[in-house]
Amino acid sequence: MVDSLLGMTSTNGSSVGTQRVKRGLAEMLKGGVIMDVVNAEQAKIAEDAGACAVMALERVPADIRRDGGVARMSDPQMIEDIKAAVTIPVMAKVRIGHFVEAQILESLGVDFIDESEVLTPADETHHIDKFAFTVPFVCGATNLGEALRRVSEGACMIRSKGEAGTGNIVEAVRHLRNIFGDIRKITQADNAELFQWAKTLQAPLGLVQEIAETGKFPVPIFCAGGIATPADAALAMQLGGEAVFVGSGIFKSDDPAPRAKAIVEATTHFRDANVLARVSRGLGAPMTGIAMDEINGTQRFAERGW
Amino acid sequence: MNATVGVLALQGAFAAHAECVASLGLSVVEVRTPEQLKTVDALVMPGGESSTMSQLLLSSGLFDAIAQRIDADMPVFGTCAGMILLASEVLDGRSDQRSFAAIDISVRRNAFGRQIDSFEASIEMPFGDFHGVFIRAPRIERVGAAVEVIGRLGDEPVLVRQGNVLAASFHPELSGDARLHEYFLTTMTTARKV
Repeated sequence: MVDSLLGMTSTNGSSVGTQRVKRGLAEMLKGGVIMDVVNAEQAKIAEDAGACAVMALERVPADIRRDGGVARMSDPQMIEDIKAAVTIPVMAKVRIGHFVEAQILESLGVDFIDESEVLTPADETHHIDKFAFTVPFVCGATNLGEALRRVSEGACMIRSKGEAGTGNIVEAVRHLRNIFGDIRKITQADNAELFQWAKTLQAPLGLVQEIAETGKFPVPIFCAGGIATPADAALAMQLGGEAVFVGSGIFKSDDPAPRAKAIVEATTHFRDANVLARVSRGLGAPMTGIAMDEINGTQRFAERGW
Repeated sequence: MNATVGVLALQGAFAAHAECVASLGLSVVEVRTPEQLKTVDALVMPGGESSTMSQLLLSSGLFDAIAQRIDADMPVFGTCAGMILLASEVLDGRSDQRSFAAIDISVRRNAFGRQIDSFEASIEMPFGDFHGVFIRAPRIERVGAAVEVIGRLGDEPVLVRQGNVLAASFHPELSGDARLHEYFLTTMTTARKV
């Protein structure tokens, strides 16, 4: 039926994989929580709690950090199992620059690909040409220039990198403040200053001019990296994030299901302190977390990507 | 027309809908609580994940409040997941998924496929062709006798109306074209008010 429909409409201009269709799914995920899950059982818990999507991966970032070694795309069988377990969109991660892992995930029919610094980079110069794919991509960024370079390569959603697997929100806050602070300055800049902004950010002038004109970033910006509590999620939203990714923060806590549900409610009602107070009660211990000065430079995921 | 238009903002594409409504010069309220619902004359229910929204409708107390307003003839426009929430029958949904059963249609979730099958195409409307964006879109598989089919993709119904309820399987808020929002707000709100 779908084939016949596409065949039929292709004669009157129907098209798949356009920027509008790809960015459109990012619009649908706004105000929601995307949860890292490592098996079908966790995926069900996430969907039951109200997740708007799940990220299928073999190890949550906290475990990748602990185990060390090379972290790669997940086993396709495990991704298939998670796809079969839930009705919400399923995302999965590929290594930076590893376009063959991306080809494989696209063939599996995942709904969004995360070209992620949490995995070990496969290319230290190039990111994936994301225009070459029908499936949309999300990429991490620590500042506005990095975010715009990813958009120029075809990313349809940007997320703050934060520092994944730490349960520490400080880096995500830094990245969101970098990105939204510079957007606010660009909307005040005159034309001559925009040329300088493009040079400083090492970003395409056209995209910088688009921000100046529209007052907003070209694609949705979500928050990731270090969210462990409902208050963390609401903080990310009040700083300008349009949805949140929660990785280790749920399934590394004492009692994942109620914490997941509380973070979903906090993300929706992010400006309502009464709701935030109610949902924050009695959740048990969050993941322990790591202070940034406990991590040496080579272990910082956020520094991967160029 | 001085209506205040609510956009259900629990999860999903509410920001794009709010922009569309604002472009028509109307005041917009993002609705997350029953108190906010009281301030609006019409409600847009956006796309997003219907399973997520269904849970947040219950935890926020909005489910019963919206059901009462729909019963009392408030005009409501559901797109994609919003249409699923309005349908009398949901196929391939979660077993605990709630819906308002406000329009007599059967819809199947994600029936057009996953994201790689999402597409844009031209839709025939009463006011001319409209560019439709379909994202993991639901399909209207049955239309009740009291339901009017307003827009079609080929032979297939994609925009339907029953009384004060309008439902679309696509995303008019992503087309950069506010004609369908204008259609909803003029034919369904002023008609009742004048």
